[in-house]
Amino acid sequence: MTRPSPSTAAVARAILAKDLRVELRTLQSVPAMLLFATTVFVIFRFGLDRTRLDGGLAAGVLLVTILFAALLAINRIFVAEREQGGFEAIRLAPADATALFFAKAAALLVYLAVLELFALPVFWLFFLDSGAGLAPLVPVLLLLDIALAVTGALISPMATNSRARDLIGPLILLPLLIPAMIAAAGAGQHLLAAGGVSYEQFGTWLAVLGLYDLVFLLIGWAAFDFLIED
Amino acid sequence: MKSSSLRTLALLTALLVGAGFALVFFYAPNDADQGFIQKIFYLHVPLAIVALAGFVVGGIHAIRHLRSGDPVHDARSYVSIHASVIFGVAVLVTGAIWAKASWGKWWVWDEPTLVSFLIVFLLYCTYYPLRYAIEDRERQARYASVFAITAGAFVPLNFMAVRAAQSLVHPRTFGTVDGGLPGDMWLTFLVCFAGITLLWVTLVSFELTAKRTRGQLSRLRRALDDDDRLPDTGVAGRIAPSGVSGR
Repeated sequence: MTRPSPSTAAVARAILAKDLRVELRTLQSVPAMLLFATTVFVIFRFGLDRTRLDGGLAAGVLLVTILFAALLAINRIFVAEREQGGFEAIRLAPADATALFFAKAAALLVYLAVLELFALPVFWLFFLDSGAGLAPLVPVLLLLDIALAVTGALISPMATNSRARDLIGPLILLPLLIPAMIAAAGAGQHLLAAGGVSYEQFGTWLAVLGLYDLVFLLIGWAAFDFLIED
Repeated sequence: MKSSSLRTLALLTALLVGAGFALVFFYAPNDADQGFIQKIFYLHVPLAIVALAGFVVGGIHAIRHLRSGDPVHDARSYVSIHASVIFGVAVLVTGAIWAKASWGKWWVWDEPTLVSFLIVFLLYCTYYPLRYAIEDRERQARYASVFAITAGAFVPLNFMAVRAAQSLVHPRTFGTVDGGLPGDMWLTFLVCFAGITLLWVTLVSFELTAKRTRGQLSRLRRALDDDDRLPDTGVAGRIAPSGVSGR
């Protein structure tokens, strides 16, 4: 009996559903990220000795915290596949291995969106006088999340299959994400400025972030196969 | 590459680099603004261009490696990146010296090219821990190639983002450095650029040759060890050496 092999999108959806179900049942990543982010806010409050933030400093604190919280999830996102034979399974299945890349990037995107849903109000409560800049910040954060998710899903399998697991991922990702952080901080510092929301260079930064997302999405699509085949 | 052509290449490199430096010190005029220190430009800029081009070459070899699966391309990709990282150290050191002499500080954040170069350099430095954290040779080569391609695409993106961040605060004042060069400075620059490019090619050729020779040596050694362990009287003992020479 031969059945047609499932489409990449169907496989990716199945893996994503599996990952989200596992996360809902074990609560391994997202609560840890949230706790981490809140604690980092508290550390910044004392590290900077500031109780209110605005402009570049506010954007920096928020974005650096999101970046480090994302690294926690990225480090873990492929661990289950290594330990429980997911890498072998996708190779054996009559399916495109790239589905694994898209599924993991989508899972990271969901984790980051949930994180920000809680972390943004906490940030507002802790540091901001006005929440006016937070609404226009949403598209910036969304594009940054895609950048984190795509590069994370590309680099994480390399780190997971190496000897120095938790070290390699952040080591490569931090410099790799600098352009995305530059763009997000560039947009964010004007949105959170003390004198009120300003849209200076807003379009330029969104375009840079969008281009970054697109380039690494294409690279992940093209190169991910080579990380899985053995 | 054969040792005779390697020697020719090395001699040519020494000649061109020597000629370049002679031009820098005895022919090119002192810069009207910066004086003598501007001459570091003839070393710093070619090093930076060659290092960046070397990263791109590493990425192209990586694409070839993934397409063909031939480990030779992986070795070329690795050696290209390796030579470029070494050049990168020289770029940052000469850049810092130039910054100290002309702006009074060892490091300035408002020179976007320098900052971009630092970020690219930091990314390529992580190539080594990645490579050596993977034991399986074949997988190591594949992962390193994926990294080289990702990092190759990162280079132009990064330059764009850093430049966009600067233009908010600082107008570009160094944009015309190359365009405004008088003829004798251009000539000196081109000779230095050719010399540094050849230096990169020479270093890459030497390392590739050394790698290949080391591989041959260890293969021969392994064959010799196998040979020792075989019984001396059997047919296998006589067959093994011819099998080795056939490789």
